[in-house]
Amino acid sequence: MLDFMSLLRESASTFARDIDHLIAWVAILGGFWWLIAEGVLVWLIVKFRHKEGVRAQYITGEKKEEMKWIHWPHNLILLCDVAIIIMAINVWYNVKQKLPPADDTIRVIGQQWSWRFVHSGKDGILGTPDDVETVEDLHVQVGKTYHFKLETTDVLHNFSVPVFRLKQDSIPGRVITGWFKPTMTGTFDIQCAEMCGIGHGIMMGRIHVQTPEEYDQWLSTQQKVAQSH
Amino acid sequence: MSFWQKYVFSVDHKVIGMQYLLTGILMGVIGAYMSYVFRMQLAFPGKEVPFFGLVTAAEYNALITNHGSIMIFWFAMPVLIAAFGNFLIPLMIGADDMVFPRINRLSYQIFLLSAVILIVSFFVPGGGFGGAWTAYPPLSAKAEYNLTPWGSSLWLLAVALEFVAFLLGGINFITTLMNSRAKGMKYLDIPIVLWMIVIASILFMASVGPLIAGAIMLLFDQLIGTGFFDPSRGGDPVLWQHLFWFFGHPEVYVVLLPAMGIVAEVMTTFSRKKLFAYKTVLFTTIATGVLSFFVWAHHQFIAGIDPRMANIFTVTTVLISIPIAEMLFVYIATLYGGSIRFTTAMLFALAFLATFLIGGVTGIFLGASGADIYFHDTYFVIAHFHYTFVPIAVIAVFAGIYYWFPKMFGRFMNETLGKIHFWGTFLPFNTIFLPLFFTGAAGDHRRIFTYANFPQLATPGLQDLRIIATVSVVILICFQFLFFWNFFYSMFRGAKAGKNPWNANTLEWVAPSPPPHGNFDVFPEVYRGPYEFSVPGRAQDFWPQNEKA
Repeated sequence: MLDFMSLLRESASTFARDIDHLIAWVAILGGFWWLIAEGVLVWLIVKFRHKEGVRAQYITGEKKEEMKWIHWPHNLILLCDVAIIIMAINVWYNVKQKLPPADDTIRVIGQQWSWRFVHSGKDGILGTPDDVETVEDLHVQVGKTYHFKLETTDVLHNFSVPVFRLKQDSIPGRVITGWFKPTMTGTFDIQCAEMCGIGHGIMMGRIHVQTPEEYDQWLSTQQKVAQSH
Repeated sequence: MSFWQKYVFSVDHKVIGMQYLLTGILMGVIGAYMSYVFRMQLAFPGKEVPFFGLVTAAEYNALITNHGSIMIFWFAMPVLIAAFGNFLIPLMIGADDMVFPRINRLSYQIFLLSAVILIVSFFVPGGGFGGAWTAYPPLSAKAEYNLTPWGSSLWLLAVALEFVAFLLGGINFITTLMNSRAKGMKYLDIPIVLWMIVIASILFMASVGPLIAGAIMLLFDQLIGTGFFDPSRGGDPVLWQHLFWFFGHPEVYVVLLPAMGIVAEVMTTFSRKKLFAYKTVLFTTIATGVLSFFVWAHHQFIAGIDPRMANIFTVTTVLISIPIAEMLFVYIATLYGGSIRFTTAMLFALAFLATFLIGGVTGIFLGASGADIYFHDTYFVIAHFHYTFVPIAVIAVFAGIYYWFPKMFGRFMNETLGKIHFWGTFLPFNTIFLPLFFTGAAGDHRRIFTYANFPQLATPGLQDLRIIATVSVVILICFQFLFFWNFFYSMFRGAKAGKNPWNANTLEWVAPSPPPHGNFDVFPEVYRGPYEFSVPGRAQDFWPQNEKA
């Protein structure tokens, strides 16, 4: 029943941990205020239920000493908000704004309704004859920093790898650059997270995070295939 | 007067309000049926859905798209703003009708036309539009991409017409509140629900212009091949997103504010308390409204906009929690020292606070840009969104209907049935959407027809949660039949209610139940604010606004 938690724990990129920490902090700060508010609400409902012969009090809420009960929690929430904003922007900056130098670059192309990937091949440079193109299967090496160049040939798609905590829309006419650095080997889901038409629900792919040896082996089989054509 | 004059072509604000209410509820029933069908598909993929049959991928997309559109544009807005606004504004300010009764009727007729066009769009060649309720181009702009050439154009036409209807309605609301108030009613004597409806109307009018323009541009792209949103013709698909969300986010507050207003009226009456800090509520409402225009791009954090923009919109989005938290605290504080009577209306009002708090808190995950990267377009968003919208559009609406029913029809709804209906709504609502926070956190993306293709999501644990949510949808829907029975039976056979059955203060309770065309026998004069409950030194614990010292 509770094995859905396993996916939450699985974080397979360098920034996945940062995003998880941010989520945890928002949960703690938001959860704290939520518990207090619900607790007070329930307490008031029980305490001030109608009793025969007891009349309600006349409280306007306009006096200073009455308003302090609103203002103090309110100021403290403002502090929590500022903390959340700083943490959120910090994570955002590291994931989306700051682009660390790349070890390798891949092209990711969305189209109705499959993913195409162009790997740079042996020379590590995109746009050369040894590039390897695949459909639905993306191969990367663990521990390397990748830049991706995200494109689309038709409508909006979204390149989403949940275990990386990675998500980015693709837009026709633009090439959007982003990055990730896998930290765990394995095969994981790639999804399209932007409504892209009738086949949206089946537009999936797999990312194979491999050791350098496994990757080289895969690459050599691909190039053999290419040469035999 | 003939039946047609009295109930169909009437210019009476109450009849128009009732027309909006019944049309809105009927559309809500259609929207709920759609959610039943696609939830069944998600819980039991590939099986025939009772009362529908096999669901194809195209049908699934059309169902989710139109569920979203209907529930917001054809259910929440007409019921919360148009129905309650029309019914309450003249009555609560002591006027005989709206300032422009014929424009009011025209507004409903255009709304009805838009609803008919939307329904027709399901049955045209290619079927209903399936590009999600946000209709992002290029998918929505080209038939070769969305495969619903007729459906998408009719959908857009219906949306544009619906906006025109609400523009006309809003003009009436604002003008009437400013000009037709009873003698003696100062601005700070106006019940808070009316302020909220009028501020919501102003928000709507200020935000909808760009989207009407956008809808026409998108129609041109579809029908005559212009390229406003097509990069190969010099357009930009992201422009639509800005136009859509510049309207779409204030829209949340357009429906939230009337709901908050309804809850304030119900809570003060049934706790016999003055609204805590009336002026603070009013000013935070205005602050929320203003802020709501500066948050739209949080929907577009990962849409390919300049990443630096996310920082600005994170600040504004997280900060909007301040006025909203203030409002909720004020409401909770209102209960302090009260004498709370648990009528059905009050139960719904309290449930609104309890559930909306969850919606509010979970919104911070999505407003915080770094966390949104993961949660964007997952079921976490769906759960958050429904924890704000169901309290607004369902729970608060029920509070309002149970509360004002005696005024609308001169009879009571049955309280026992009402309380069963309350628990049959409140409990399953939570068991629908709490599990979806978890499936979303586990990576379930929205708008996916079946998870069978995603090995990491096709696990039994996640499927169990999807089934719990779906079964809860069915239970929730079943309990609504009880409400309909109670509503229509009580309309004719319920116990008779007098003018002021709840001992409330506001002016609508001065008019006969139900009020005749023209509303009042003698137009009331106002001497005090709307929430003078339990004033010390008075024998009665209420003090109507029109009662002389």
